[in-house]
Amino acid sequence: MSNQSQAVDPQTVEIEDYKFGFHYPDSSVFKTRKGLDSEVVRAISHHKSEPEWMLDFRLRSHETFLKKPMPNWGGDLSDINFDEIYYYAKPSEKQWKSWEEVPESIKETFDRIGIPEAERKFLAGVGAQYDSEMVYHNLQESLSDQGVIFSDPETGLRDYPDIFKKYFGTVIPYTDNKFAALNSAVWSGGSFVYVPPGVKVDIPLQAYFRINSENFGQFERTLIIADEGSFVHYVEGCTAPIYTTDSLHSAVVEIIALPGSRVRYSTVQNWSGDVYNLVTKRAVAYENATVEWVDGNIGSKRTMKYPSIWLMGEGAHGEVLSIAFAGKNQEQDTGGKAVHAADNTSSVITSKSISKDGGIATYRGHIKVEEGVRNARSHVVCDALILDPESGTNTYPYMDILSDDVTIEHEAKVSRISEEQLFYLMSRGMDEAEAAMMIVNGFLEPLVKQLPMEYAVELNRLIELEMEGSVG
Amino acid sequence: MNIKIKDLYASINGQPILKGVDLELNSGKVHALMGPNGSGKSTLSNVIIGHPSFQVTGGEVLVDGENILEMEPHERARLGLFLAFQYPVEVPGVTVGRFLKRAVDIRAGEGNTKGFVKKLREMMDYMEIDQQFINRYLNEGFSGGEKKRMEILQMLMLKPDFAILDETDSGLDIDALQVVAKGVNRLREGDFGALVITHYQRILNHIRPDYVHIMYQGRIVTSGGNELVDALEANGYDWIRKQYGIEEDSDVKPVTSG
Ligand SMILES: Nc1ncnc2c1ncn2[C@@H]1O[C@H](COP(=O)(O)OP(=O)(O)OP(=O)(O)O)[C@@H](O)[C@H]1O
Ligand SMILES: [Mg+2]
Repeated sequence: MSNQSQAVDPQTVEIEDYKFGFHYPDSSVFKTRKGLDSEVVRAISHHKSEPEWMLDFRLRSHETFLKKPMPNWGGDLSDINFDEIYYYAKPSEKQWKSWEEVPESIKETFDRIGIPEAERKFLAGVGAQYDSEMVYHNLQESLSDQGVIFSDPETGLRDYPDIFKKYFGTVIPYTDNKFAALNSAVWSGGSFVYVPPGVKVDIPLQAYFRINSENFGQFERTLIIADEGSFVHYVEGCTAPIYTTDSLHSAVVEIIALPGSRVRYSTVQNWSGDVYNLVTKRAVAYENATVEWVDGNIGSKRTMKYPSIWLMGEGAHGEVLSIAFAGKNQEQDTGGKAVHAADNTSSVITSKSISKDGGIATYRGHIKVEEGVRNARSHVVCDALILDPESGTNTYPYMDILSDDVTIEHEAKVSRISEEQLFYLMSRGMDEAEAAMMIVNGFLEPLVKQLPMEYAVELNRLIELEMEGSVG
Repeated sequence: MNIKIKDLYASINGQPILKGVDLELNSGKVHALMGPNGSGKSTLSNVIIGHPSFQVTGGEVLVDGENILEMEPHERARLGLFLAFQYPVEVPGVTVGRFLKRAVDIRAGEGNTKGFVKKLREMMDYMEIDQQFINRYLNEGFSGGEKKRMEILQMLMLKPDFAILDETDSGLDIDALQVVAKGVNRLREGDFGALVITHYQRILNHIRPDYVHIMYQGRIVTSGGNELVDALEANGYDWIRKQYGIEEDSDVKPVTSG
């Protein structure tokens, strides 16, 4: 069906130590023209053979996108040129369940990133998206037998319309912000996860998002529903080639944690330095449900991302662990948000950021406690480590406390890597780069040790790559 | 290992501190270095190990004939030099075990560290350090005495050819003092040498030095044997001041050192 099966030489661009900067020739089977208007929106919807309601939703979202102003806070987004972006590129005619069948250049890409290997070793299911579409999707049979659904949202919309329509766009309405509106207009790919009552998915599901095309916008959409008493850990990874022009990644992730369920969502983002990463992530947690966001932000040009949890039911608990690394020419504007809308709810936000070579890491957090809520507890810790005088950090902890039965703790600390620490470690034989790395690892350690093993290893490896070659 | 310090001058922020230090140190020997507060003992240690804050403005430090002043601290460490810090530095998040494993790897060459954990446990017992400390973060929240013991533990694990102990005895209780002395003496059998910086005779009763040097106003003003320690203990630094002192509180900075 496809004519892409011969191997092609990847055109690797070696810039610094970013390992995933390679790309393959664009061999999309369908691509919308550059720029965005309602015709492009219609074309995407038409191409996906969507029901009328989804087309309407997209068109309304597009209008909202046009009306909404750009955010005037956070990272500088003035360089984004919406007319220069391709909004939809379909890499292949279909989606496969076996890596052998995936077209060569696409399979090679994921091999180089290590996805099939990771799947064999420690994942229960994998989805791999290339530009706009998932090209590979697989879930262990034992899980599908238990009724677990793990697919792309297109499949969700087509095969599970009731449950899909019930939750889609309910946590993050398209009116939420300019980029949520944009995603709602042109969304493509992403994940649809449903875990039936009481089912525990003990090993993680992973979705991997790869941009290959130049001047590209990736707009995946993820919807996770954990039914009563269930558990799921979903891992998101992403990389992109290095180009000289900018790309845009603007996802929307909605999580619904029904009573007594627990959802852990981990991100290992490793974008190349020309990607604007503007993502809206939000969860609602009902009675006694727990939602944990683990958000590792490495790479990209600008990231604006604040995973949020709305604690809607009594006893609900939310956690955000945010780790950001801002290197050269990078701004990481990240943090977390918790809204306490029910009694006896608790939230913990822990943010650790590292800035280096002129990078700027900003923590932006928001804790809100609704009126009349009793016994809300929140603990916020943000630590920033600055590696050199050129780099910087900011902290914006917003609080909206409308009840007085609350316990809120906020700790913030900024530290600079000290000459004394470096000298001490160097006097024990470590060179400067290793000493700095050890201090950075130590800084992250209390957080990293809470993470699942594979995730921690991956994160350490990425940070090591970021640190390499530029100290001293 | 032979260390020759020749007419060494160093300053910090343009302020001269070492003003012509001459000193020869050899492994196989223990040297004591004494001198009043602010005379430049820690500065000398830091300059030998390569602290970046100090500017060397003259002189040489030769290790087995090679000038080390252009080397980075880690290169000096790899030659076999070690400094037990007067104020050990806290490194949050880095466990003692991990840190020491890496340091020993570097010193012994990777792959030559078989039995590391066993050795570490043995040395911790020897230094009377609770095994729990393997998983503590390096020096973080350690008491003063615990920090000093940790320095000696590191020394025992790294087996340097020559160690400088900068007031490792300060702030130690009697028992800890003996443990620290025991640690130094353990290495002493071999070709190990040390420069023990101290203000007190006490530690020198446990670690009998072969030589004693007195530092004053940025120079080594006299060297000798244990009788110098006795003299200091009996008379304080007054006689040193009288004999070797350059006029204090003088606005005119001395240009020559003798
Ligand atoms: N970082 C620094 N900034 C400014 N002055 C310094 C610095 N380090 C040392 N000095 C000065 O250098 C002089 C020598 O200090 P040093 O620490 O070497 O003395 P010391 O002989 O080790 O004293 P002590 O017995 O109190 O430990 C002192 O006057 C001290 O104030
Ligand atoms: Mg001193």
